[in-house]
Amino acid sequence: MPLLEVTDLKTHFHTRNGIVRAVDGVSFSLEKGQTVGIVGESGSGKSVTCYSLLGLIPMPPGKIESGSAIFGSTDLLNCGEKKLCQIRGKRISMIFQDPMTSLNPYLRIATQITEPLRLHMGMDRKRALKHAIRALGEVGIAEPEKRIQMYPHEFSGGMRQRVMIAMALITNPEILIADEPTTALDVTIQKQILDLIKERQRELGTAVLFITHDLAVISEVCDEINVMYAGNIVERAGAEELFKNPRHAYTRALLKSIPALHAKGEELYTIPGLPPDVSQPINGCAFRPRNELGDSAKCLPNHRPVLKDTGAGHWVQDCPGCLA
Amino acid sequence: MPYLQIIDLKTHFPVKNADPIKAVDGVSLDIHQGEILGLVGESGCGKSTLSRTVMQLIAPTGGQVILNGEELTSLSASEVRHRRLDFQMIFQDPYASLNPRMTVFSTLAEALRTRQPKLAGSDLNHAIAELMERVGLDWRYIRNYPHEFSGGQRQRIAIARALAPQPKLIIADEPVSALDVSIQSQILNLLNGLVAELNLTMIFISHDLSVVRYIADRIAVMHFGKIVELGESEQLMKNPRHGYTRELLASIPKIRDTA
Repeated sequence: MPLLEVTDLKTHFHTRNGIVRAVDGVSFSLEKGQTVGIVGESGSGKSVTCYSLLGLIPMPPGKIESGSAIFGSTDLLNCGEKKLCQIRGKRISMIFQDPMTSLNPYLRIATQITEPLRLHMGMDRKRALKHAIRALGEVGIAEPEKRIQMYPHEFSGGMRQRVMIAMALITNPEILIADEPTTALDVTIQKQILDLIKERQRELGTAVLFITHDLAVISEVCDEINVMYAGNIVERAGAEELFKNPRHAYTRALLKSIPALHAKGEELYTIPGLPPDVSQPINGCAFRPRNELGDSAKCLPNHRPVLKDTGAGHWVQDCPGCLA
Repeated sequence: MPYLQIIDLKTHFPVKNADPIKAVDGVSLDIHQGEILGLVGESGCGKSTLSRTVMQLIAPTGGQVILNGEELTSLSASEVRHRRLDFQMIFQDPYASLNPRMTVFSTLAEALRTRQPKLAGSDLNHAIAELMERVGLDWRYIRNYPHEFSGGQRQRIAIARALAPQPKLIIADEPVSALDVSIQSQILNLLNGLVAELNLTMIFISHDLSVVRYIADRIAVMHFGKIVELGESEQLMKNPRHGYTRELLASIPKIRDTA
C-alpha cells in the first residue's frame, strides 16, 4: 500500500466569472522514501493539487468537489480541520517558493523553528531550542547557536530556504511537499538546496512531492514524474523513461521547446496558441487546439481522455490524437 | 572597430565608514554590431549595475563607454538624455514594466514620438501597425490594456516598445525568466529573428546558462564586479577555463538524454 494515495481529486473555484476547474480529476500515489514530481506551466493546477492535500485552499471560493487522499488510515480531504492540524507540519510538511514571505519577519528564527516541536511534540522551550540548533547545523548553517537568535532578514535567500527546510523536517515528517523550492534562487544556490533536500531525504527516509515548472530540475531530482496540463495529469513515467520516450503530444512539445536541447541559432519549437481557459468547461481533449506534433483531428472530441497504463509504469492519457 | 566599447569601467557605491561597494570593478568589453553578448552571473555580481552604467543611468566612477566612436561618459546630462534613445531595455517582468493605464497604442505612440516627435495621424498608425506585426501581435488589440494580455504577449509589447525609437543597442535583462517554457521559446525565437532582421546589437543578461548558450554569440561571465571569463559561447560551455565558470556550469541541472 502506498504512503499516500490520491484518487480523482477535483478542486474547483466558484468565482463570479464562473467555475474555475483548477484541478479536474487527478490521481497519483507516493511511496515511502520516493520522490515524485509534478511539472506543468502556470495555471496547470500543480500547486492547487498540493494545497488541497493539506487543506490550504481558501473555501469559499474553493471547493473540493470529489476525490480522496488516503494517508495511512486517514482521508486528508475528509478528515476535518482538527485531525488535519495534527498531520500538517508534523507528518506532512511543506516548503514554499519564496522563503521571505513564508517566514515571519517579526519573529526570531528560534521562535519559528521551535514552534512545531512545542506544538506537535510537546517539548519544553529548552529542549526544543537544543533540538532546533542541531537541526540548523544539519542543513549547513554555520554557528547555529548564534544564528538561531537572528531574524529572517539577516539571512540570504539561500540560507532562508535552508531554515525553511530545517523547519519542515524537524518533526521527521513522512512526506515533504516542496512547491518550487528553488525557483527564486540562483543556479549555484539552487544546486546546494537540491543537494540538501536529497541528502536529508536519504538520511530521514522522507517521501518528497516536488512541484516545479523547470524540466531540468525535475529531471535531476525525481524518481517519477507527472506532467500536468489544464487540471489533468496527461502523462506519468519514471524520470528516465519520460525523457527518453515521451508519448503525449504535450510532453513531446515541451521537450522540443527547451533551448538546452537545441544547437545555437536553431529555431526552437513553439507550442501554438495558449493554455486553455479552465473557467470554461473543457469537453474532450484539452490539448487538442494546440496539438501539432500528434494528430489533432483524432483527439477525443466529447470526453476527457483517461490516464492509462501502457506498461512498465508509463501512464499516458488515452487520446488517439495526442498519442499519434 | 567594435560598435560598443567598454573600457575599464568602474562603478563604486560609497559606504559610510567602510570601503565602497565595488559593484562594477574594471570591466572591459567590446561588442560588435549585430552581435548578441550574453552576460551571466549570480545575483549581486554587478550585471544590472553594469547595464545601468552603460546606459548612463548611473554615473561611472571611472572608465569609458564608447558607442559607435562617441564617448558617452564625457557628454553633458542633456546630451546623455538625448542619446539614451539609442539604448533600450527589455525587463524581466512585463507585468511591472508596462504602464497599466496605457493601451498598446499609447504605449507605442509615446515610444515612437521620442524619436519622431511630429509623428501623427495615419503615419503614426502605420508605424504602430508595423511594429506590432514585427513582434507578432495582432493589430486588433491596439486599444487593449496590458492586463488583457498574457505574459508572453506583454513581453512582445515591451519588445515592440524597445524597438520603437530605433535603438542602436538593446539591453535585455532576464527577458524570459518570468515566462513559462512554451512561451519562453516563442520570445527567444522572436529575439533571434529581430536581431538578424534589423542587425541589432544586444546585451542579453540572464542567470540561465542554457538560454544564454542558445542565443548569445559570446558569453561574458561576471563575478564580484569583474568579468572572469569571456568567450565564444559553445567554446566557453565546452571548455570553461575559469574556476567560477566551471562551478556555474556544474550547478546547472541537466536534462536527461532524450531520444
